Amino acid sequence: MDFLNAFILLLNYIFVPALAYGSQLAIGAIFVTLIYGILRFANFATGDMMSFGTMVAILFTWYFQSLGLSLGFLPTALLAIPFAILFMSLYMLIIDKFVFKYYRLNKSPPVQLAMVSIGVMFVTQAVVRIIIGPSDRRFFDGEKFLIKANEFKVMTGLNEGLAIKSTQVITIVVTIILVSALFWFLNKTKTGKSMRAYSDNEDLALLSGIDPKKIVMITWMIAAILATIGGVLYGLDKSFKPFTYFNNMLPIFAAAIVGGIGNPFGAFLGGYVIAFSEILLTYAYKKFFMYVLPESMEPDGLIQLLSTDYKFAVSFSILVIVLLYRPSGIFKGKIL
Amino acid sequence: MRKNLNVIAAYSIMMGLIILVGIFQSWNIALSIFNLCLISAVMTMGANIQWGYAGLINFGIMGFTALGGLAAVLISVNPVQEAWSAGGANILLSIFLIIGIILAVRFVLKRYQKSKIRNYIIVAIIISGIIIIRLVSEPGIEAIEEVNPARTGFLGGLGLPIIFSWIVGAFFAGGLAFVIGKVALGLRADYLAIATLLISEIVIAIIKHEDWLTRGVKNVIGLKRPAPYEVNLQETEWFINIVEKFNSGKLALISDLSERQAALNQFVIEGSSVFVKLCYSGLFLVVVIILLILTQKALYSPWGRMMRAIRDNEEAANAMGKNVVKQHLLIFVLGSAIVGIAGAMLVTQDGLFTPGSYRPLRYTFLIWVMVIVGGSGNNFGAILGGFVVWFLWIEAAPIGLYLVNLTTAGLEDTHFLKVHLIESVPYFRFLMMGIGLLLIMRYRPKGILPEKIEIK
Repeated sequence: MDFLNAFILLLNYIFVPALAYGSQLAIGAIFVTLIYGILRFANFATGDMMSFGTMVAILFTWYFQSLGLSLGFLPTALLAIPFAILFMSLYMLIIDKFVFKYYRLNKSPPVQLAMVSIGVMFVTQAVVRIIIGPSDRRFFDGEKFLIKANEFKVMTGLNEGLAIKSTQVITIVVTIILVSALFWFLNKTKTGKSMRAYSDNEDLALLSGIDPKKIVMITWMIAAILATIGGVLYGLDKSFKPFTYFNNMLPIFAAAIVGGIGNPFGAFLGGYVIAFSEILLTYAYKKFFMYVLPESMEPDGLIQLLSTDYKFAVSFSILVIVLLYRPSGIFKGKIL
Repeated sequence: MRKNLNVIAAYSIMMGLIILVGIFQSWNIALSIFNLCLISAVMTMGANIQWGYAGLINFGIMGFTALGGLAAVLISVNPVQEAWSAGGANILLSIFLIIGIILAVRFVLKRYQKSKIRNYIIVAIIISGIIIIRLVSEPGIEAIEEVNPARTGFLGGLGLPIIFSWIVGAFFAGGLAFVIGKVALGLRADYLAIATLLISEIVIAIIKHEDWLTRGVKNVIGLKRPAPYEVNLQETEWFINIVEKFNSGKLALISDLSERQAALNQFVIEGSSVFVKLCYSGLFLVVVIILLILTQKALYSPWGRMMRAIRDNEEAANAMGKNVVKQHLLIFVLGSAIVGIAGAMLVTQDGLFTPGSYRPLRYTFLIWVMVIVGGSGNNFGAILGGFVVWFLWIEAAPIGLYLVNLTTAGLEDTHFLKVHLIESVPYFRFLMMGIGLLLIMRYRPKGILPEKIEIK
């Protein structure tokens, strides 16, 4: 029996990766939920908007690299994010002006807006693929590991190593900063409060003199920030591929709905719920039990609840269960 | 006649375009576009029944298509006897166990009042059931997958003609739709869209990874055909005679005997693949026409009127004593079953089943573009949408190439921008679809052929 090793094992293979993946999902889910709460439609272009933002960031990263700029042990992409956000806001506002505005002013049903967002999805996807191509791209530079597995073993004298990638730490730190700034903005500033009012009851908000144009514009700009940062963090941690980003839309939707769509805090936690359940349910616990149980009781099989092939299926099943028993999500949705 | 003029005009233009492809590119390409147009038309009819008649959003079309494809495999492939003897018993036992669990849950639901304890009992039954099933099925699955993994490694099918799978595919898809409908139809429109999208992903995950049933990503190839094989055709007497007659004019120009024979052989090879595709076109056309007659009849029947009433005002229809929940479920099952037929047809035409190729963009969103562009609520519109969008989807690359060449004519051939654009020509189809959808939604929101209801 060796609880310390077992603990490090779980930390290394479950907790740290799930925390990083969960943060990436959480940012995406807040993006979905903001659009849903304020602009009132399910945005099927989520994944592709994120890939657009990431693409712009990658192009800037390459440009900075060609200039010889770098942040030392941090990835250059962090430097590119502000510029990418600018471009992304511009792109979002242009899309809004030419596509979504018409339907918003006509008070079209949400379904129609969702259909329109599919059109935007196709166009964005085409633009991304035409500009940067469909292949896998890694744009990470700088120090790869914060703690290497071997160093950790030597340092502590344990059997199990703990490897922490710098991208994981960056993801978590950036998420904390971003999300706390966002909640501060929504809860403490006047604009944020008027956004929440608009989301809660449009007519009353308009009656009390809130300018809908301003609300919509700010929503798109926040959406641009979230999409770009979420996309870049995912791309740094894994890699950038337009098709993967499109697919990521599905767990992001699951996170947003599980948390209660329209509720940013719910979406934030929903991201972690999805990430942790995906990894917890598909991890093979054999080694863990080898440490925890006495030798005579060692398991034969992998002790894996579900094969890793069903990773996505786990989050979708959770979503279906939540939809059945609590359609408004774990945290009551539809209030910003 | 007069009022149908726009329908006739639209369809003639579409056929004209396909014939133009036949003349300028080749008849082979034209026919394969035509066949896939027909399959797309069946899919759009299914989606149109749900969306156009009843206003239900189904973003799970991909899942139903894949189930139809699975039906094609399970019906037509010969059973693998060794696999059955190796692990068939375990699999059958697991199936009985699943049925047992469902019955037990139903019993608990019926017998006891709604309470927390009942929920716990149900959860306990399901979890223990899953554990028992895993223990029972695992050795069976392993044994089955070990039987000649390079060629079989799965249970095989029933060894029946593949045509039957079109009906079975409909039942598979309809059965799944019944379960999904029971679970999800109470949701609001956009929730339903997301839920069906995710459920279809679960279906694909299962099909991809349950190798004992579907061979998973190892694909099933060489399925039986309802049409003759090209190789056999090229050796049959009557076929060669027909080809000779068709091309007698061209052949007469060639004086040398051996050259003429070579030319004839070439014509026979080309002709055989065209002939096979024509066979498929015939079969598909029959399906499309039957479905069209049925759906048109349904649209103008009292039932169709009731569906429209439910779509336009659910509460009013409910107040008039129509069972909205039941009708929604019925139409969801019917529409999905039609999509299942299309899935089986697709696999039949390809002759192979590749679970990895089912992607939401191609099998869900593209079908939705077809429905919206064609005209929801109008069967002729839906079919036309299938034709137009599929035609553009295939011909987008040549059109894109032409446009790129036109706009970059001033640049040198080696200019990096031109090279890059020519490389990315395949992605112009996404751009075209997106812009097409956005324009139609904005300026003709009811589609090319809008819904028109006349009471006869």
